[in-house]
Amino acid sequence: MSLPLIKTSRRDFIKTSGLATLGLVMGLDAKSNPKNISELETMAMDIEISPFILIKPDNSITIVNPRPCMGQGTIQAVPAMIMEELEVDFDQVKIIQSDGKSKYGAQTSGGSTSISRLWLPLRKAGAATKEMLIQAAANKWNINATGCYAAKGKVFRNDTTASFTYGELAAEASRLPVPSEPVLKQKHEFKIIGKSRRRFDLPDRVTGKALYGLDIQVPGMVYACILHSPMIFGKLVSFDETETLKIPGVIKVLKCERTMIYCTTDSVAVIASNWWAAKKGRDALKATWDNAGLEKALDNDEFYGRCYAASKKDGIRFEESNDFNAKFDEAKHKLDVNYETPFLSHVPIEPENATAHVKPDGTAELWAPMQGPGETLEEVSKYLGIPTEKIKIHVALMGGSFGRKAYMDFIKEACFLSNKLKVPVKVIWTREDHIRQGPYRPGMVSHLQGFVEDGKIVGYHHHVIGESILGQVFRGLEDDQPEPWIGSESSVRNNKYQFKKTHKVSWTNIKTVIPVMWWRSVNASNLGWGQECFIDELAHLAGKDPLQARMEILEDQRFITVLKTLSEKANYNEKLAEGKGRGVAIISAFGSIVACCITVSKSGAGVSIDKVVAVIDCGMYVNADTVRAQTEGNIVMGITAAIKPGIVFKGGVCQQDNFNNYPIMRINEMPEVEVFLIENHEAPGGVGEAGLPPVAPALGNAIFAATGIRMRKLPINILNLTA
Amino acid sequence: MAKYTITVNKKAYKIEAEPDVPLVWIIRDYIGLKGTKFGCGIAACGACTVHLNGTPVRSCQLPISGVPAKAEFTTIEGIAGDGLHVIQQAWIDLQVPQCGYCQSGQIMSATALLKKNPKPTDQDINSAMAGNLCRCGTFDRIRKAIHKAADMANNNIEVGIKH
Repeated sequence: MSLPLIKTSRRDFIKTSGLATLGLVMGLDAKSNPKNISELETMAMDIEISPFILIKPDNSITIVNPRPCMGQGTIQAVPAMIMEELEVDFDQVKIIQSDGKSKYGAQTSGGSTSISRLWLPLRKAGAATKEMLIQAAANKWNINATGCYAAKGKVFRNDTTASFTYGELAAEASRLPVPSEPVLKQKHEFKIIGKSRRRFDLPDRVTGKALYGLDIQVPGMVYACILHSPMIFGKLVSFDETETLKIPGVIKVLKCERTMIYCTTDSVAVIASNWWAAKKGRDALKATWDNAGLEKALDNDEFYGRCYAASKKDGIRFEESNDFNAKFDEAKHKLDVNYETPFLSHVPIEPENATAHVKPDGTAELWAPMQGPGETLEEVSKYLGIPTEKIKIHVALMGGSFGRKAYMDFIKEACFLSNKLKVPVKVIWTREDHIRQGPYRPGMVSHLQGFVEDGKIVGYHHHVIGESILGQVFRGLEDDQPEPWIGSESSVRNNKYQFKKTHKVSWTNIKTVIPVMWWRSVNASNLGWGQECFIDELAHLAGKDPLQARMEILEDQRFITVLKTLSEKANYNEKLAEGKGRGVAIISAFGSIVACCITVSKSGAGVSIDKVVAVIDCGMYVNADTVRAQTEGNIVMGITAAIKPGIVFKGGVCQQDNFNNYPIMRINEMPEVEVFLIENHEAPGGVGEAGLPPVAPALGNAIFAATGIRMRKLPINILNLTA
Repeated sequence: MAKYTITVNKKAYKIEAEPDVPLVWIIRDYIGLKGTKFGCGIAACGACTVHLNGTPVRSCQLPISGVPAKAEFTTIEGIAGDGLHVIQQAWIDLQVPQCGYCQSGQIMSATALLKKNPKPTDQDINSAMAGNLCRCGTFDRIRKAIHKAADMANNNIEVGIKH
């Protein structure tokens, strides 16, 4: 990254901003920052400045984006928050990606938090800088700061046409105290935030110029293709590289390892001068694995069998009002059913890849698509035993991720191999590696019980059954503990439903070795399927329209506004032709509320999806078009998750391995979509994931409306429906 | 190793490679044109789509030794010279890409479609584009952008087309 030219004479340039925020520095060598800011979001103490804003005397302005872009537009939306308050526009700045160094704070794009968590800190950084620049100009003019204003990268006088560029003011401004409570703009004053701005990065993405991780090429680089255990965790007994070494281009075969968060597995790497030779060499390896126990343990039937057995018993209670079991026993009009979701693979079109160079001088350099440069730097430092200051990270664009590239196994493989060979090594996974090796969105079972009285849903119990990411991946769940993430997402505090008589949320952990991890929208896509389809079932049991029945048990105004808007935009009350049906679902996730209405038509033994209307209340947002784009993308990924095959383990092996047997939606299956945004002054919520969870239940409910068939198990074969 | 000469974007390249190296790796790693992407290796995702004498093909399925004589390949880097192809302009106008990784392949399929069929229907678009996957889910915008590009081309709207 470029460093500013101006050096401050004051090395102790410590700025305070009691804002749980970062500050800013102008004209200060970023490297002079001695403090560690490990968690941007949790900082409550006085901090030294983080150089997100660099202004040079020639008036070139660099903004550092601390949230890598996987397609969700953070490369523009995150800097926009600084720029809005700083009063500069995209044609005046250069935007660069942070490199993992701790001075940038938390840098992981994940959990749909990029806008919501940085909304105040980055705007305050921009606003404080602007106030300092204004004060610097006022000092030069010897007038009061109220006699000046900032616009388009300059400070102007109110009473004359005189102005200074920010570059002309940077040195003076950097000597001023950082305002601890800079004045932020009101929503009606925004020029960038809340508008539909074209993404500046798209021209490069349509001309082939954008460089993704896979496109990185480093002088002296060799390629690696890695043989992982077909049963993921198998122990390597022996391998024979005789045939591999006959392949022209193959340089070396060596034992390697795959470092997952909670374990390390064996593998064998083939190093070659080009990747095709490495792959051919990999395919020619003969390896023997000790797969003891894995044939039985990696098996969907075994896992779901235990889940359904658990559905017949009580789980661990997360929350309960009144005595659900007693009330349920007494109830006259009740339902007791199970819903199921499959394991899923992320399948970004760009497979896992990473290029690492561990150098003989004890330094290292890394080029890779990654969601979390900060965590990657820390992890790679620990893994290689090289201090962070001797590692340089280049964050490449991600060709999709959906959670996968926040998992660092493939990055550490490149580090492992380069550490052995001391030349730059590029690891590329095949599509088959990606699908067979996981980790996956966990499959789950929702046991749901509920009852109605006098036409109203008054009792509800969601018993969530399955594997926990917190438990399996982070080893952070006790056996007698209800899953806190899943519990709070299933809670009535989250879904806002008011069940007058009784409600309960409970949990049973069915442990499995099938590796799980976060997948776009994490638990919400699993939990939403059962919850929202079951509310529909209870509505029908109550003899109510499903949307109306939801309104009756909701008091939260934001939820009600979203549902009313959906009803209006989807023409919900207009009668549909025979053979058509509508379904709705509403889910709150990542601080946003999204409702969907899907219309389907009977077609042969199945249905076709005609239209999806989505309404999103994400509070205030940065780029309206990005919100729409992300929601459209969530609709597509949500439909894929609902109607395309899931991941199935049988006898230890994943039965899917490429897009021929793990298909995703194609353009010919794309329904009409419409996305509407709610305007309000609420704090920003997440946008990258919130649109996905309501899609599958809206579809399930639409299928019921059109056909009378209640689907409770995903995926749905929409060409041939059988309940 | 064998020697081959292949023409990509009107330029002839002398390549020394094993006969079975798929064209996608030749284009990317031997020639250095990184716009063509690898996604699946079995012609199921379309990320590696290039034009072979104007027709879209999956470059992951074509070994260098199987390249026909007089074959002229065009990649994303070669469809518009220094300007933008009308399809690329429409892609920007409708803000189609999210991550953008599949879009080279999408655009190669779309430009070939428009050349063959200047006024495609939704059905024509579905048929021509069904081989190109997009995990970000940009299909609705792709469809609209192709219609827009067709309108722009049919009305001779200048977008710096060099094609």
